Amino acid sequence: MEKKRLVYMDHAATTMTHSEVVRTMMPYLNERFGNPSSIYGIAHESKEAIESARQKVAKALGADAQEIYFTAGGTESDNWALKGVAFANKKKGNHIITTKIEHHAVLHTCQYLEKQGFEVTYLPVDAYGIVDLSELEKAITDQTILISVMYANNEIGTIQPIAEIGKIASEHEIYFHTDAVQAIGNIPIDVEAANIDLLSFSAHKFYGPKGIGGLYIRKGTRIDNLLHGGGQERKRRAGTENIAGIVGLGKAIELATADIDSHNLRIRAMRDRLLAGILGQIPHTRLNGHQEKRLPGNLNISFEYIEGESMLLLLDQYGICGSTGSACTSGSLEPSHVLLAIGLPHEIAHGSLRLTLGDANREEDVDCVLEVLPKVVERLRSMSPLYRPDQ
Amino acid sequence: MYSEKVMDHFMNPRNMGEIENADGIGEVGNPVCGDIMKISLKIEDNRIVDARFKTFGCGAAIASSSMATELVKGKTLEEAWEVSNKAVAEALEGLPPIKMHCSVLAEEGIHKAINEYRIKNGLEPWEEKTPYGEHTPGDGA
Ligand SMILES: Cc1ncc(COP(=O)(O)O)c(C=O)c1O
Ligand SMILES: [Zn+2]
Repeated sequence: MEKKRLVYMDHAATTMTHSEVVRTMMPYLNERFGNPSSIYGIAHESKEAIESARQKVAKALGADAQEIYFTAGGTESDNWALKGVAFANKKKGNHIITTKIEHHAVLHTCQYLEKQGFEVTYLPVDAYGIVDLSELEKAITDQTILISVMYANNEIGTIQPIAEIGKIASEHEIYFHTDAVQAIGNIPIDVEAANIDLLSFSAHKFYGPKGIGGLYIRKGTRIDNLLHGGGQERKRRAGTENIAGIVGLGKAIELATADIDSHNLRIRAMRDRLLAGILGQIPHTRLNGHQEKRLPGNLNISFEYIEGESMLLLLDQYGICGSTGSACTSGSLEPSHVLLAIGLPHEIAHGSLRLTLGDANREEDVDCVLEVLPKVVERLRSMSPLYRPDQ
Repeated sequence: MYSEKVMDHFMNPRNMGEIENADGIGEVGNPVCGDIMKISLKIEDNRIVDARFKTFGCGAAIASSSMATELVKGKTLEEAWEVSNKAVAEALEGLPPIKMHCSVLAEEGIHKAINEYRIKNGLEPWEEKTPYGEHTPGDGA
């Protein structure tokens, strides 16, 4: 049998490293191996490579290079931002505001901080996943030291009113952190204009390597270190630098933010065609998240009467890679906290399918999904005790 | 993540469907926890001559339903009652620990269908181990 083409529609989980990024990284995995903290020539090369990558990140975010710190990825950056600001400002207050739909890297860190005596408000979101700004205003107290709201959601793709939140935070002189892991390369970002004090990012979500990311920290922000040790990253993040990773991140962010609009035009058009095809062909189906305020490659759809994991297993048989918010893939009985937060009943949340398009996709992938998915859904519905064909 | 046997029963489910005028029906699980199973049995002379399932659920739930119906077909009610979720999981060449609760549902579905038959026929229902739908994942039970 002819080998099927892989239809990769899980770009929100991770992306394939761009070949140009890999090429840029290679020398730093072999001949340019010097420790940037050393004194000799090859150490200098490493140091310069890191600083050049830092410049590229700063340019992409509208920041100063000295405000960029490299970390081991989005999880570390979120942990650092939240714990670092909380512990450094606990004399000022013990209250943190975040949302119900954050990534677990933020939510579980907040739960940990609650055990340490901090108080956390988890803001609700509306049916599209957008935070209510008046709820945010109401939640602020004289104890509030930090607001953390993600730029764009990883499951339903909803984009938050970040500039408005930044304005509210700065008016109240409260630090504002945003998890922008899903936003880089999809939305133009300007930390100045949006009054962002801290911003997390991770290279593997924008065609860079895994295990490398960073945190933007506005100059003057009071924040403790998360990792203690050597004096790397201007004494703020200990550990010998992942030079190849940093160089790769620099190249990746440069490519991903060079021309966001025209880059996403193609992806958005494929996504929209896929959405129209699915909603048109398959009954008892709904789009989760917001129609427009949404990441260009993101689709999150619920199919009534069937469960997500079995859908993924069947799609995988056709070489189609997606993801779901069903409980049975998460290892708990609860489906995705994001889908519950937008008000979906449990059984609808269990039947969700997330397809995230990106650089790997071509028009023929859309055709393939539109051919396969109706069959998969029909097949599972025919097995489902909840489904009556005349419904 | 799944064994070949699980994938086989998931891809080619045995006994999928509903028996018309079934002698015993057991519907277990609930939409909140994400797995619902409906087992229907045809019973003649205290023996299960046909068993069918309909399942809303994950790959493990569908494969467990398929395997459970295979295992009880041809058995007396006493023998079928002894088919445990462990036996179902073993016949599937194992399930990931977090998926064991999906096989519990298959055992419960069979039990409920047998008891429905017994009650309908004026017999004492047998004692069931767990209340339907109340199971925790990963407890191996
Ligand atoms: C919104 C968001 N935040 C944080 C993370 C964690 O990033 P990383 O995998 O780099 O630790 C992810 C990745 O899944 C994400 O989507
Ligand atoms: Zn299950």
